[in-house]
Amino acid sequence: MGAYLPSLAGGVLIGLSATMLLLLNGRIAGISGLVAGLGRPPDRRWAADLAFITGLILGPPAFALFAGHWPEMRMVAPLPLLAVAGLLVGFGTRLGSGCTSGHGVCGLARLSPRSIAAVFTFLATGMLTVVLARVIVP
Amino acid sequence: MRQAAQILAALAAGLTFGLGLALSGMLDPARVRGFLDVAGAWDPSLAFVLAGAVAVSALGYAAARRLQAPAFAPSFSIPTGQRIDRPLILGAALFGIGWGLSGFCPGPAVAALSTGALPVVVFVAAMLAGMAAHRLLTRPPEAQPAVTDVPAR
Repeated sequence: MGAYLPSLAGGVLIGLSATMLLLLNGRIAGISGLVAGLGRPPDRRWAADLAFITGLILGPPAFALFAGHWPEMRMVAPLPLLAVAGLLVGFGTRLGSGCTSGHGVCGLARLSPRSIAAVFTFLATGMLTVVLARVIVP
Repeated sequence: MRQAAQILAALAAGLTFGLGLALSGMLDPARVRGFLDVAGAWDPSLAFVLAGAVAVSALGYAAARRLQAPAFAPSFSIPTGQRIDRPLILGAALFGIGWGLSGFCPGPAVAALSTGALPVVVFVAAMLAGMAAHRLLTRPPEAQPAVTDVPAR
């Protein structure tokens, strides 16, 4: 159980972040939507969205400051495969209107039927991909 | 004044999100793959990330339902769509494949840009290209050339 405590605490912080953004600014903490939105012509929300993404990027260095080490990152795919995966993630999250944060955290929290369907779908294809990849490249 | 408050609130929320991702282990593609690897050595720890995040934001939504408006904005901006359609399922399916291949979803990938790691930069650049491709393929109607008047029948 002790090994799961940092994960649970990290999840609580993510939920706290979504709550702050909702109650203070009235916005959904969907990262793919916020990132894609920065490509639009700037409107009244643009600066705040950029501030959120800036804070997000400052998160890992802030963690390193407290923990004394950077968060662990072990890559599982070579660069060309990462490029293919990035294209799929970018296109797929726009077509599907969200990712693990928008559908996964915020959508499940308000029991949105669209988000529940999206979460089941991306968990299923994600799990299938990992299992198949392990069979092909053991 | 209000916009300054909005920007500061967003910055604080983003920082909290990034800290949560770093603490939870979501930045580690090998951990994420372990969570998705249900037929292998399954690592359930990331389910605790989702559980903690959903539980706390559900409280946030409960609070929002009692409020007329958020603190620094005129109104809440929450998706209202209910329809489970093809783009939703196809998009989520493609996203899941990319997530499984790389171990990255958008939040952790963008947060991990601060590490300066080349694989992260490559992934995020490709992700932005994928988003741009979607934007080009699905132009809003007003961006299309105006249709000449069709006589009413």
